[in-house]
Amino acid sequence: MKKSYKIEVDCANCANLMEEAANKVPGVKHCVVNFMTLKMNVEFEPDADPKRVMQEVRAACRKVESDCEIFL
Amino acid sequence: MTAKQKRMALRIALAFVLMVGLHFVNLPLYATFSLYLIAYLTAGYDILLKAAAGIKNGRVFDENFLMGVASLGAIAVGLYRTGEFTEAVAVMVFYQVGELFQSVAVGRSRRNISALMDIRPDYANIEREGSLVRVDPDEVAVNTVIVVNPGEKVPIDGEVIEGNSSLDTAALTGESVPRDIAPGQSVISGSINLSAPLKIRTTKEFGDSTVSKVLELVENASSLKSRSEAFISRFARVYTPIVCALALFLAVVPPLVIKALGISFLPGDFSEWIYRALIFLVISCPCALVISIPLSFFAGIGGASREGVLVKGSVFMESLAKTCYVMFDKTGTLTKGVFEVIAVHHSKVAEEELIRLAAFAECASSHPISKSLRHAYGKEIDHRQVSSIEEHAGCGVTALVDGQQVACGNDKLMRKLGIEYKSCHSVGTIVHVAVDGVYQGHIVIADVLKENAAKAVAAIKRAGVERTVMLTGDDRRVAEDVCAKLGVDECYANLLPADKVSKVEEYLKKKPAGGMVAFVGDGINDAPVLSRADIGIAMGAMGSDAAIEAADIVLMDDDPGKIAKAIRISRKCMGIVWQNIIFSIGIKVLCLVLGAVGIANMWFAIFADVGVMVLAVLNAIRALFVKQL
Repeated sequence: MKKSYKIEVDCANCANLMEEAANKVPGVKHCVVNFMTLKMNVEFEPDADPKRVMQEVRAACRKVESDCEIFL
Repeated sequence: MTAKQKRMALRIALAFVLMVGLHFVNLPLYATFSLYLIAYLTAGYDILLKAAAGIKNGRVFDENFLMGVASLGAIAVGLYRTGEFTEAVAVMVFYQVGELFQSVAVGRSRRNISALMDIRPDYANIEREGSLVRVDPDEVAVNTVIVVNPGEKVPIDGEVIEGNSSLDTAALTGESVPRDIAPGQSVISGSINLSAPLKIRTTKEFGDSTVSKVLELVENASSLKSRSEAFISRFARVYTPIVCALALFLAVVPPLVIKALGISFLPGDFSEWIYRALIFLVISCPCALVISIPLSFFAGIGGASREGVLVKGSVFMESLAKTCYVMFDKTGTLTKGVFEVIAVHHSKVAEEELIRLAAFAECASSHPISKSLRHAYGKEIDHRQVSSIEEHAGCGVTALVDGQQVACGNDKLMRKLGIEYKSCHSVGTIVHVAVDGVYQGHIVIADVLKENAAKAVAAIKRAGVERTVMLTGDDRRVAEDVCAKLGVDECYANLLPADKVSKVEEYLKKKPAGGMVAFVGDGINDAPVLSRADIGIAMGAMGSDAAIEAADIVLMDDDPGKIAKAIRISRKCMGIVWQNIIFSIGIKVLCLVLGAVGIANMWFAIFADVGVMVLAVLNAIRALFVKQL
């Protein structure tokens, strides 16, 4: 399953770091952060619960960039 | 500017004024120091907080940490050695200026580009009990009649049932000449109605309409990352740690070595080498690169879409710039794909009469040839005037028109009926017409070349493409004629769709290293070829979902001239990308070297970090301007 989320982040490198962090979260098959359109496209593992996974993704992203936001 | 950005600008301004002011007054050291500290914290307290948070979360080497260490280090050097704090504050102030600039520039270009693509219709008008009601286009079912007033966007694809008007399709195709439409014609969503109200019967749901497809495509475009972007991400990941390690090395090893060996002509002072290490830290932020590369692609893709060229990802922008072979499908790509009567030969009666007879005789057939005859006749056909229509499969038809026995077909039909005919030298499909067994002449029907096809092929050549190749399922004679007229280099005829795939594969094998093979088709039955080629370009794709799916680049209108334009846009975009990569890395490396040998000071380092980023961002935005290409 694929979903797209709106995000808010200030710098391009931070967006790369968020992408890296999100890809390490269990349940995320593949994640692409598009800094220019401020979008995060996440492909979930088949048995993952997107809501729960995205909470973890947000927590992981906050760790690498404290003032980022993902609108769930 | 957003509130956040305004606050930042104010902080920077305060810190800057304080910094400059302090430079000109003479106060005791402790007073100067505390005032500088205030300026420093005004500019950069959030950087220090973020750096602390980074360390807490186990991410030490981020740019906040680097800036924190560099500026605090500069303060320490000031306290210990020079009594001069301007540099420390300046590092922070200019770093923040750079960040602010980046945030404003990116936000602005993002808004500009989104505004260009602001083709999403917000509502649809439906007539209910005599009055117009605005509804969400998502709620409109297929086969609903909607009303589009002048100045409004067509919200959903459909067919005009009432009203004559002209449509502005510039947002979708880049074509600035309005398109005239009349009842019976289909219209695509996203175009703007210019002159008169139109009633449209929708043929699709909003989600499947052209405008939704295009928006979806453009919004997801930059998710397919190019090799240059991947390279920059990887580079950024290793660059920062390497420069930090070098900085540490520089702070410790040279002074120890110099002291141990007693070299007198080199500075052996620790504070000098720590200062040089701090310069390294200021330069080590990869921001200029990381922001300018995706921004260049984004601007390039945005500029291209304004011209009616949709690029599905930066990776295709990169491939397109390396195109060495362009292969075309013939029908619908270089030719109009509709048959037209191009000549009437040896007619014993008036040309119009010959066409009329043929059109009447062929009135019951749905073959493209028959359609073109009826189209050439152009008037309503009264079917009562035609009787005993007999189809001769693969040959033609015979019918009674106004009581006359009309035979209409190819050479085979004429031979079958024992009628003497004149063969034709023109390239195309020949329709002989005989009345009551007497030969009346023949009509030549051919697929017509697009007006600007020859110019387009020449432009592709000028854009630096090595070879142009045409693939077609059509007859050899027709194919060679078309190629000769257009100046296409090579020509393969009588190909089945599967043969086209193997031809493309053949060229993929023999292309020069680093070159790319592009295939251009109308997307109707060449989806496999489009996906097999390095770059699949579908043209005239408005309304054709299959083509939009299969292609990498979509030309919204069917102008082949856009192919060369797309190549030029991609070349410009890639040029900017490489300028930015080489310029940013080059300046940084230069400043690192100069910093290590003690020529560059902190001000150099600030330029290498902030100045380079500002220039790279401004350069990236150039990719948006492609109108003149």
